[in-house]
Amino acid sequence: MSKVTLAEAPPGVEGAGFFATSLDKAIGLARANSLWPLPFATSCCGIEFMATMGSTYDLARFGAERPSFSPRQADMLLVMGTIAKKMAPVLKQVYIQMAEPRWVIAVGACASSGGIFDTYSVLQGIDEIIPVDVYVPGCPPRPEAILDGVLRLQDIVKSESLNRRNTPEYRALLEKYGILTEIENG
Amino acid sequence: MTKPITKITPNTAAFFDNDPQDELITLNLGPTHPATHGVFQNVLQIDGERIVSGVSTIGYIHRAFEKIAEHRPFYQITPLTDRLNYCSAPINNMGWHMTVEKLLKIEIPKRVQYMRVIVMELARIADHIICNGILGVDTGAFSGFLYLMQEREFIYEIFEEICGARLTTNIGRIGGFERDFNEIAFAKIHEFLKRFPPVLEEFENLFVRNRIFIERTSGVAAVTPEDALSYSWSGPILRATGVDYDVRAVSPYCSYEEFDFEVPVGTTGDVYDRFMVRNAEMWQSLRIIQQALDKIASEPAGVFHADVPEFYLPPKEQVYTNMEALIYHFKIVMGEWETPKDEVYHSVEGANGELGFYMIHDGGRSPYRLHFRRPSFINYQMFAPMSSGMLISDAIINMSSLNVIAGELDA
Amino acid sequence: MGNLDNQYIIRRLQEDLQFDVHVIGESFGLLSLGTSKERIIDLLKFLKEDDTLGFSYLTDITAVHYPGLALPFCIVYHLHNLVENVRIRVKVFIGGEVPSIPTATVLWHGANWMERETYDFFGIDFQGHPDLRRILNMDDLEVFPMRKEYPLEDPNRVDKKDFYFGR
Repeated sequence: MSKVTLAEAPPGVEGAGFFATSLDKAIGLARANSLWPLPFATSCCGIEFMATMGSTYDLARFGAERPSFSPRQADMLLVMGTIAKKMAPVLKQVYIQMAEPRWVIAVGACASSGGIFDTYSVLQGIDEIIPVDVYVPGCPPRPEAILDGVLRLQDIVKSESLNRRNTPEYRALLEKYGILTEIENG
Repeated sequence: MTKPITKITPNTAAFFDNDPQDELITLNLGPTHPATHGVFQNVLQIDGERIVSGVSTIGYIHRAFEKIAEHRPFYQITPLTDRLNYCSAPINNMGWHMTVEKLLKIEIPKRVQYMRVIVMELARIADHIICNGILGVDTGAFSGFLYLMQEREFIYEIFEEICGARLTTNIGRIGGFERDFNEIAFAKIHEFLKRFPPVLEEFENLFVRNRIFIERTSGVAAVTPEDALSYSWSGPILRATGVDYDVRAVSPYCSYEEFDFEVPVGTTGDVYDRFMVRNAEMWQSLRIIQQALDKIASEPAGVFHADVPEFYLPPKEQVYTNMEALIYHFKIVMGEWETPKDEVYHSVEGANGELGFYMIHDGGRSPYRLHFRRPSFINYQMFAPMSSGMLISDAIINMSSLNVIAGELDA
Repeated sequence: MGNLDNQYIIRRLQEDLQFDVHVIGESFGLLSLGTSKERIIDLLKFLKEDDTLGFSYLTDITAVHYPGLALPFCIVYHLHNLVENVRIRVKVFIGGEVPSIPTATVLWHGANWMERETYDFFGIDFQGHPDLRRILNMDDLEVFPMRKEYPLEDPNRVDKKDFYFGR
């Protein structure tokens, strides 16, 4: 027996020689199992991400084999570590450079809320500047927790409708952060 | 009184005004460049592949440690020190505890000191694993990193057994440890001493006489001892230039004077020497851990903190049942303890160099001023000046071999 | 070897009146000396270059803010004689609208970033410094955050409602 486990097929109609399902389920399946991460590692959580990518935990098992350091080819932005106010515009820039569809995981207390650094220089959570899909708690989270965050994101990706990125709600969300204006202004 | 400091505006880093007729190109390397492990920005002026000059911009994860420390009681500063050099957090924890103990003149039992030595040396190995492993990755050899990472995970298992955390450990209390090492921890440390040497040997076999690795690193970024001292370098990169300055040896703390270990030094101060010095230090750390285990065996068992109830946080169950413990708990937490008004400088040999704590105490709940002498910050400032004339690819491995940790750099 | 004790250093420095040195303390065996900002560079140069003193390694430069004093800023230099393994601390108290002191970059390259950090946190003007810019904080920060009058927390936070904290 091969040790490779196949992703489970989405619900659909099955018969002799055919399988029918809706397009967004099929695409969701494909997207969810090939999320390319963009590790935006600034501090301690980045070291735990290194362990997550490393030999013992191996994030690649979940379709994230290739950490993409270029925002253009990444789907999943993993923000790991403290984001200082000096760093905030850079993070936003990176988010804007990513192509749709894009998802964001805030890994660790600092990225989620500023963590223990309630100071004048630290951004109190990255959701002040970009929308976030999954928050992973912990200071730093264990590699298992980061893996779990990725799996939760996969659930979100699987169930996302194909049309979501074109809806007025989504545009309003981006506009709330001033991202659309920045994209249109180049 | 204060102007709010919340504006988020792009940083106006120094960019060069290039003459368009000029052949030079300005290259912005960082702060999220994949080749720089951490948030370092260097604006380089390049002529082809050669760097003409560069300007470093840092502070991208400045978290105001020193300001926070002025608002926290002593025992709450330990988690801050975790996040300085998070690759070897226990060394920072121990350094901070020893600074406070020096201020309060607390005598630490020998057994506790040996336990600390074990934890610190394990942390040093974990840190050097990252640095040398990543140096391998940057020169194009991924497998060495993967071999070593497994052993680092094992060190983290030991830390978990000792304190419950992996990376930001918050090990110990002022006056000792919060609990004794359990049997599993001791068994794991013994196991580590058995399983790590063959892996390290294999790692060395992959690199030390590897032609590609030598060509890539030998002679790259060589630094003279005079330059290194003028830039106040310390740690393995200073020792690679041939200066045998190691805080553990010259101003021993934690009974390091009782241990038999060598201070490895290099000759040329290039990237290859730094790699070799770190490898040699891992072997020395293994020796030290072995000796510490032997010494612990001859000490009375069960001692894991000094007998200073007025400074050592009592166990929680005693706080609920014992009047004395409740009073001490209250006094320590509320900062109503009697502490001397004094100033103290204490330094330990961190994984990257001399990690110093300069504390001015006015007898209050928290330090009046606490300054961290952060080796990464001081070591990194030579990077831009020494890069001029270097190839970009050499500058990248130079940066890896400096092992600058962003948390310690930016504080 | 071994004859570089604190008494010797004091005697040696006070022989020469031009350094204007006074002893501040010797806590934990580490000699603290005070001097004035006019004399500091000469003193550091003497400490660094004298054959018997030989404090050639600059460990650290930092500052402390004492808002109550007439000269509210104390610049602290830690030097180290690596051969004899003796440390020394030199303090200079300064004041004024823009507190200023000559730069030590003329003696050590390493002083550059240490002084920039001190400028960034305390607003000390190191005269003659080649590149005195902010280093850790944002360039457009208008205050010097380590001064005691500035708060730790960001005063503009809207999510920190008092009732969450029982205030």
